[in-house]
Amino acid sequence: MAEKKKLNLAIYWAGACGGCDVSILDTDEKILDIAAAADIKFWPIAMDYKVSDVEALKDNELDVTLFNGAVRNSEQLHLAQLLRKKSKILISYGSCAYLGGIPGLANFSNKEAILERVYKTSESVETNGGAVYPSPKSKVPEGEVEIPELHDYVKALHQVVDVDYFLPGCPPTTDLINLAVNAIITGKLPPKGAVIAADKNLCDSCKRKKTEEKSVKRFYRPHEIIPDNERCLLEQGILCMGPATRGGCGARCIEANMPCRGCFGPAPGVEDMGAKMLAAAASVIDARTPEEAASITATLPDVAGTFYRFNLPVSLLRRAK
Amino acid sequence: MSEPRIGVYVCHCGTNISQTVDIADVCGFSKTLANVALVKEYKYMCSDPGQETIKVDVEKNKLTHIVVSSCSPLMHEGTFRGAVENAGLNEYLFQMANIREHVSWVTEDKIKATEKAKKLIAAAVRRVVKHQPLKPTEVDINPDTVVIGGGIAGIEAALTIANAGKKVYLVEKDSTIGGHMAKFDKTFPTLDCAACILTPKMVSIAQNRNIELMTLSEVEEIKGFVGNFTVKIRKKARYVDEELCTGCGDCEKFCPVKNVPNEFEENLSNKKAIYRAFPQAVPAVYAIDMAYCKRCGVCVKKCGKNAINLDAKDEVLEVRAGNIIVATGYDLYDNKKYLEKYGYNTYENVLTSLEFERYTHASGPTGGKVVKKDGTEPEAVAILHCVGSRDVNANEHCSRICCMQSLKFGHLVKEKVPGAEVYNLYIDIRAFGKGYEEFYKRCIHEDIHFIRGKGAEVIDTALTKDEQGKLIIKVEDTLLGEIRRIPVDMVILSIGMEPSKSASRIASSLSLSRSKDGFFLEKHPKLAPVATATDGIYVAGAAQGPKDIPDTVAQANAAAGAVLSIINKGRVLLESVTSTVESSKCAGCKLCISVCPYQAIEFSDEDKASRIIEAMCKGCGTCVAVCPSGAITQKGYLDGQIFEEIEGILQKV
Repeated sequence: MAEKKKLNLAIYWAGACGGCDVSILDTDEKILDIAAAADIKFWPIAMDYKVSDVEALKDNELDVTLFNGAVRNSEQLHLAQLLRKKSKILISYGSCAYLGGIPGLANFSNKEAILERVYKTSESVETNGGAVYPSPKSKVPEGEVEIPELHDYVKALHQVVDVDYFLPGCPPTTDLINLAVNAIITGKLPPKGAVIAADKNLCDSCKRKKTEEKSVKRFYRPHEIIPDNERCLLEQGILCMGPATRGGCGARCIEANMPCRGCFGPAPGVEDMGAKMLAAAASVIDARTPEEAASITATLPDVAGTFYRFNLPVSLLRRAK
Repeated sequence: MSEPRIGVYVCHCGTNISQTVDIADVCGFSKTLANVALVKEYKYMCSDPGQETIKVDVEKNKLTHIVVSSCSPLMHEGTFRGAVENAGLNEYLFQMANIREHVSWVTEDKIKATEKAKKLIAAAVRRVVKHQPLKPTEVDINPDTVVIGGGIAGIEAALTIANAGKKVYLVEKDSTIGGHMAKFDKTFPTLDCAACILTPKMVSIAQNRNIELMTLSEVEEIKGFVGNFTVKIRKKARYVDEELCTGCGDCEKFCPVKNVPNEFEENLSNKKAIYRAFPQAVPAVYAIDMAYCKRCGVCVKKCGKNAINLDAKDEVLEVRAGNIIVATGYDLYDNKKYLEKYGYNTYENVLTSLEFERYTHASGPTGGKVVKKDGTEPEAVAILHCVGSRDVNANEHCSRICCMQSLKFGHLVKEKVPGAEVYNLYIDIRAFGKGYEEFYKRCIHEDIHFIRGKGAEVIDTALTKDEQGKLIIKVEDTLLGEIRRIPVDMVILSIGMEPSKSASRIASSLSLSRSKDGFFLEKHPKLAPVATATDGIYVAGAAQGPKDIPDTVAQANAAAGAVLSIINKGRVLLESVTSTVESSKCAGCKLCISVCPYQAIEFSDEDKASRIIEAMCKGCGTCVAVCPSGAITQKGYLDGQIFEEIEGILQKV
């Protein structure tokens, strides 16, 4: 039997924390399967490739690109477009690429406010009378240097280029990575646009006991309560995003008595995950008067940041003006 | 499918719409919208010619969808759906744009009004394209009715339905029917003897073959929906066989337990452990109060019919019915602390209104004499209005009967103790019913004193010789503008009505809403006063709010009429815009079950998913909003339809 041709693989890190790259290394011995099956053509965190190396590739020369991170500056946008052009399959890898992720919370603010906070009012910055803002092009003695320009919006990958598959998670779990890798190696790929995770929400795979009696008199942050190991966390007043979140992660947070934070994104067909969870949370509040309802909701810290923690850029909400 | 061809009709509503909205401009704009094949304006779209236009146009112009921009759908959605159906289209391929209540009636700015009207029409046009034909489902009606509560409301409703030849289960929690009315002596304003007008109706209940009377019974659970309810009823042990007992009273004669408080007499006297509430009780059979029975067995031996079984047990029965009437009545406000300031329970001659009813009743504890506890006649009697009503510290509502009952009490005192002084202490006199004002005038002429002011407290500390040995009422006389002290021998507290003690239990087992005052909430305060939010469940009498006998009887007949109307129809159309669960998406969080106000969702352990009982779904959409996995959709309110509507509203006009 003729030896199978190795796949050309690229991995890129855009607007993200780096955890997604680490998650690939986290596959332990399975990484050897990847190495055996693929020639890595571009992986800035691990190997010394330049963008020019990618530019030199023929269109569609890359079989698969795993792109993690949101798109929020000109360089990330350029790489997204470039890698799209050079790849047969582009996978939106991790919550930031898929949903905008934590960086996406920047859409609650705007570019000017962000720059001001980082370069002017931040406690760790000395302005010496005037803040220095980064400028895309600056003159230095050696000539002109260019740095990427910050965009006004944080966007998910599929909002700027066409994406073939989505692998959710912050970061994606080893099981799902293996599932995706096997699918790529064997060529048994799902239909385009598929989210490689479960088709139901997290409650489906959660083993905790759920009842029809849902009455919450206050919400707790995880450190404020010792939860019952058996009972549904939401019914105990811990804001678990599980009901509004796509399953497939293995409910690992929940098994560790921590509520789901929603990194797998909305359940299939849900238009706005934050709004859905807001409605679900509102429905468990057991209040007799508007005042009581207000005092119960006051126990929810950072409502917008909680319900839209990972999904703001793909939600119906728009950026703050 | 061929391209949609939408007909848009803009109604002037006389000048209601056209004086604020530029109809010609709106029509011109509507013509530019995608898929619009025809735009027409008309003075009254709801009129016959208006509806006829739709019919003609659909045929002539091959219209596929209709948008009428006129008034609120609450007003005429039914009308236009009918017209669309008549034109041969499915009635749901229709959308209304409300440019009257939402536009012309709420703004005077013509430019803004016209712009808003355009946006609403754009929204309706975009939405209607996404509409799907829907078909309402029909179910058969079970012709039997359950009436809960055997007071005058329940009695009247049961008789009306039974006299029409339909079966009624009348469920009463006490040992006899009759309710509060059976305790009254006279009724205002005609001074008819309550028993004389009530007991014939009670006897009719006992004799009517279409009525199955269940006393000492309570409804425990209701399942189902209009036309098809299953009602679980607990029939408490009576210990006396209703079929065998002849009511001869031998058992009572020999029963040695004599110290049982007699609730029917407002605990003013005692009864025996085996008792009949009053001589005309229906059913006319005895019952045993097991809380007091010593199980000596004397009654068992004395009963010539062997009707008594001390080991009888509660029974739980299930009956099926198509409709339910809730007539659970009221209770008197009984906050002890509140009543204490009026000397109730402190001074023996302070009576509640119901206690006084028993005092004046010929078969009551005093044989109908108005006397003090020591047996002597009072020289002066005060009647305090609004006790527990119209008071932020008690119930805020007006109990509607207290003024008239207080006038009646005054009259009765004057009649029975001719020389006595009678004081009515009132906030306002509300004598609004037929013949009520005349009765008030009559009482004024009977030399009853009217003091405008709410009694503040009842004390017995005398300041003057006149006050010695008297009860003194402190009151601010708001006509004189001074605080007065009125010494009397007897005080009658005209206590307000509040929801029956069973109301909260009934509300939860029937999923009925209650208004702020705790009474059951009617579907509409003016136009649907006896219907509730749940089809097939009606409310009548004081269960819905404080009421006198004439109003109670009127409501009972209204509820009975509504029930008969449904029974006569035989079938009922169910809501079309129901919800459905896509079980492959449902993860079983059960949030929908906890929020459904109609108990229309059940959990299927087999599918591990929620399931909507379509016949019970009212299409409120709460579950759709709450379902975090997007597994529930509602016909007629699909995401795609709503988003199109939003896009239409947001588009530039």
